Amino acid sequence: MPESLEALWPALEEPDTMVYAGGTDVLVRLRSGSGQPQQLICLERLRELQGIEDHGDRVLIKAGTSHARILDDPIIQTRLPVLARAVKSLGSPPIRNMGTIGGNICSASPAGDTLPPLYVLQAEVALRSRTADRRLPIGDFIKGPGQTAIRPDEILTGIWIPKNPEFNRQHYEKVGQRKALAISIVSLAALIELTPAGMIEDIRLAWGSVGPTVVTAPEVEAVLRGRPLRLEVLKEAAEATRRAVSPIDDIRATADYRREVAGNLLYRLSLRVETSPEILPR
Amino acid sequence: MKIRLSFRLNGNPIELETDAERRVVDLLREDFGFTGTKEACGSGECGACTILVEGESRLACLMRVGQLEGRSVLTIEGLSDGKHLHPVQQAFVEAGAVQCGFCTPGLILGTIDLLRRNPRPDREEIREGLSGNLCRCTGFQKIVDAVEKVVSSPAEGSDPCPVG
Ligand SMILES: Cc1cc2nc3c(=O)[nH]c(=O)nc-3n(C[C@H](O)[C@H](O)[C@H](O)COP(=O)(O)OP(=O)(O)OC[C@H]3O[C@@H](n4cnc5c(N)ncnc54)[C@H](O)[C@@H]3O)c2cc1C
Ligand code: FES
Ligand code: FES
Repeated sequence: MPESLEALWPALEEPDTMVYAGGTDVLVRLRSGSGQPQQLICLERLRELQGIEDHGDRVLIKAGTSHARILDDPIIQTRLPVLARAVKSLGSPPIRNMGTIGGNICSASPAGDTLPPLYVLQAEVALRSRTADRRLPIGDFIKGPGQTAIRPDEILTGIWIPKNPEFNRQHYEKVGQRKALAISIVSLAALIELTPAGMIEDIRLAWGSVGPTVVTAPEVEAVLRGRPLRLEVLKEAAEATRRAVSPIDDIRATADYRREVAGNLLYRLSLRVETSPEILPR
Repeated sequence: MKIRLSFRLNGNPIELETDAERRVVDLLREDFGFTGTKEACGSGECGACTILVEGESRLACLMRVGQLEGRSVLTIEGLSDGKHLHPVQQAFVEAGAVQCGFCTPGLILGTIDLLRRNPRPDREEIREGLSGNLCRCTGFQKIVDAVEKVVSSPAEGSDPCPVG
């Protein structure tokens, strides 16, 4: 268990190694018998991977920060409520004490709860190897289910999230089989700039669990932009959504059900956003 | 691979050498005989293996022994002083929130973590706070009643949220 990046690099160069942070994905996967790596390196003690920093127009969440710490953080609560709501719906209290945002991103599950918010917020992942640093937009980092652009000599150090002051409403909703510990069947993250008259000046949407990775759909956003946030308009957008997503059947739900829900989640924007008194501070 | 470990377990300093690949739940049960830490699902879904590490609830079935190094661990065996039950244990008894008792250690430790974060949870918050712990036989009504009991009449004297 290295305690600094300096100590991590030599261990990472050993053959057949794998890193883990909270272990809530890795240790479950290993138990289900999918091959033991020679060496498991725990990132939990790396000082460089802990904490949340306010950098003015952006927030940096270090990769090893637990979901529980993210939920407790005042910057996240006030400036990034779309992420706070997603994290609140992730797993259970002990899972949120153990699991990290870096682990959620690197697992690259189509159902990963932090991913749709990170897509609409246009977050960037920060990667580091012994010799170099690089940054990638979240959408370029996630390649497919369980697949990312990370190289074996790299780790994820954190995620840079713009505060997006041009959007005054944020929303996250997840539909699962039950309230707690339910992996999402469909989820929706939305950023909206709503005028005082109720017009959608601008909007960004991202769905989880309805494709191999998070689904964004510019054509759906185009249907909504410049129009009032009303049920008729959302119905039209829901139709466009059902055409845009490509869900699969699995043990949790059928593709048709997911397609239906992906559209229906939009209707609730009218309820949740129009009636919600909160307008984010700029 | 063997590793040397030192940590605190229920207030006592521990030093030992063991296999790095072992899980915390096995170490506690096999080496210390602390069978209050139950294993049911082994995959994070039921909360039967809940322990407190530095006062935070964690799942012993998803931890490797190395993660204990330098930390303070509390299991259900360390909760009472041997003479008096901890107020949360007492409330579970009084509310009839225990049937077979399999889930109980995890639920009690989960409750202590919940009360650390939120000393006055309402019923909805209690349900949310214990959502990682499954009970197959008592039913959650009485468990929520028990936690409500602790909230409404906090006991004097004992530490409501011991770290271990
Ligand atoms: C019972 C249960 C319920 C769950 N419910 C949900 C849920 O509702 N929603 C949800 O989204 N997820 C859920 N999960 C999945 C999991 O808890 C989350 O994905 C969590 O965020 C993973 O974080 P971790 O630190 O535990 O990851 P780990 O298991 O430690 O790692 C996951 C992956 O990321 C890699 N990794 C971790 N950190 C880094 C890093 N810094 N650099 C490079 N690679 C890294 C590991 O190599 C591994 O491939 C659940 C899991 C369990 C067991
Ligand atoms: S045995 Fe650990 S959570 Fe079920
Ligand atoms: S009391 Fe039997 S499982 Fe809860």
